[in-house]
Amino acid sequence: MSSFPEVAVVGFAQSPQVRETTGTTNGVEMLVPVFQRVLAETGLSRREVGFWCSGSSDYLAGRAFSFVSAVDAIGALPPIAESHVESDAAWALYEAWVKIRTGEVDTALVYGFGKSSAGDLRRVLALQLDPYLVAPLWPDSVSIAALQARLGIDAGLWSEKEMAEVAARSRAAAATNPNAQLRDPVDPDTLLDTPYLADPLRAHDCAPITDGAAAIVLAAGHRAAELCDRPAWITGLEHRVDSPALGARDLSRAPSAGAAGAAAGISGVQVAELSAPFTSQELLLRRELGLSEDVVINPSGGPLCGNPMFAGGLVRIGEAASRVMSGEAGKVLGHASNGPLLQQNLICVMEGR
Amino acid sequence: MAGTEAPLSAPLELGFDYTRSLGPVLSRFVTALRDRRVEGVRGSDGRVHVPPAEYDPVTGQPLSERVPVADEGTVVTWSWQPTPLEGQPLEHPFAWALVRLDGADTALLHAVDAGAPAHMRTGMRVRIRWAEQTVGHITDIACFEPVDNLVSGDGRYSDHRHSRPLTSQDPVTMITTPVHLHYRHSASLEESRYLRGLAEGRLLGQRCPECRKVYIPPRGACPTDGVPTEEEVELPDTGTVTTFCIVNVPFLGQRITPPYVSAYVLLDGADIPLMHLVLGCAADEVRMGMRVKAQWRPREEWGTTLGNIDHFRPTGEPDAEFESYAGYL
Repeated sequence: MSSFPEVAVVGFAQSPQVRETTGTTNGVEMLVPVFQRVLAETGLSRREVGFWCSGSSDYLAGRAFSFVSAVDAIGALPPIAESHVESDAAWALYEAWVKIRTGEVDTALVYGFGKSSAGDLRRVLALQLDPYLVAPLWPDSVSIAALQARLGIDAGLWSEKEMAEVAARSRAAAATNPNAQLRDPVDPDTLLDTPYLADPLRAHDCAPITDGAAAIVLAAGHRAAELCDRPAWITGLEHRVDSPALGARDLSRAPSAGAAGAAAGISGVQVAELSAPFTSQELLLRRELGLSEDVVINPSGGPLCGNPMFAGGLVRIGEAASRVMSGEAGKVLGHASNGPLLQQNLICVMEGR
Repeated sequence: MAGTEAPLSAPLELGFDYTRSLGPVLSRFVTALRDRRVEGVRGSDGRVHVPPAEYDPVTGQPLSERVPVADEGTVVTWSWQPTPLEGQPLEHPFAWALVRLDGADTALLHAVDAGAPAHMRTGMRVRIRWAEQTVGHITDIACFEPVDNLVSGDGRYSDHRHSRPLTSQDPVTMITTPVHLHYRHSASLEESRYLRGLAEGRLLGQRCPECRKVYIPPRGACPTDGVPTEEEVELPDTGTVTTFCIVNVPFLGQRITPPYVSAYVLLDGADIPLMHLVLGCAADEVRMGMRVKAQWRPREEWGTTLGNIDHFRPTGEPDAEFESYAGYL
């Protein structure tokens, strides 16, 4: 393994996480300023980037090959090496990481974007379910998250009060995040007086519909120090998947998250940015990852305050990396998830030196 | 750029009837549904999967042992849907539930017609309400009903359970699932300027500040340099055919009888060609380098569309030199 180069996050930028942009679904308007900022931050020229990799979804855009239009934001001349995943861009980061580890390139720019507001997100997400026996019923994303939340409540794993506390803590953290969509503080006690959106979930338990984009620059060991004063070295990057059959696994757990965390080596992290678009999912993940009380969860405010689909996991990794690059933390993790109800989970552990 | 009018947007309706072929396991399952029965499949560990697993989740082996299960079961977990969305099983408020049918070890996701959330609880008993007409699809289960609601005075079930004879012995091998999604498609600010220009009979492009190329329609970002394009350039409605094809094949929605010419037209002053029709001469007279001019529709028909130009027609000028458009092929 020692012959593979080490890889670090050396730059991160994101767009504001807004309820609705007037921009197109191809993301160019959001991506152009994000690319400019992340390249300026690292001092890297776009023509030096060895590999570009993106995550986005045609289902979100309502058009085929929507990611191809996004390449306009790169300026792809002379020709570039480019790839795309129809997943959260955290998996694009995984692909770019592998590309650097093989020694093929020494820098990569990873980006994700999504205009969730273009369609009806709850219905669009139903189409990621089994197309034979489940999706034809159109179970929407909030309703099935509510099934999962109740399982944990019934089992005594978490309560509606603890869920409200997660929401309140997230809002308080987001007050200092200028990119967050929801930044007003909320009182956890009064939250329980609000009506159910999908019993047992209330509005505060659910991530807001969000349009946004984000980009991360990765660099191999010898380049990382040139591009960043304090790179966030990736010391573990793992992803695992559970069964897609909702009724065949224990939805109050996410074994794949625990397995990815164990493989990535998360012990000792000081900060965890978790892709938990529902309060109950944050409580589930904390248990699954075995995070102790002194780990700071989602200091950015997390997905409950802004959740750009298909960029959200990359934002978590970027937010966590930022804590290392700024010197605030020594060891952090960013978590990303794909599929329904935390089916597939990715953990990226980063350390400063 | 001039103007800060909001970008143009319009509804975008997507619809498609997905037809999917079923493997042996799913075919047996939906065929049983058509016959108002539920059949699971036994896994390698002895567990009975409903809905059926095609491959064992533990060993990955193909599964085939069918196991009949009851049409009644227990709610494992539930949530309340106060405002049903398009396509969901019921149009009035209902519960979603994972239901473990008696005899099964896994749970099936479906709707429960319970009336109000107060009638729902984990562990409650529910039974399938079959659709009036069953065809071999998961929607043959119309929904579940609380068992308590079903018992009438004589102790018999008064629901929609039928014991009609089978209309077909043929297994169901395909399912059709209509999917309809509704979007609001937005044009970019630059595209909106261009489209609004067309409504006034103007052709508006933009110049890249780095490579100085003029794009029409304007792109928002120069695809060569990745920088925003801001300088607006009005272009004439004359240009040169760079390349073309003669359409001989009829297709759905075709406006013109073949053969006719679809061509790339490089407007004078532009650096990217537009695709449009070239009419006004025989198809075999169209050639690379031919000079053409826009034939606009009557002004009262104009809208925010390139369709305002009905087609391009030859001007009769001498052909453009190959070198003048060689860089645009």
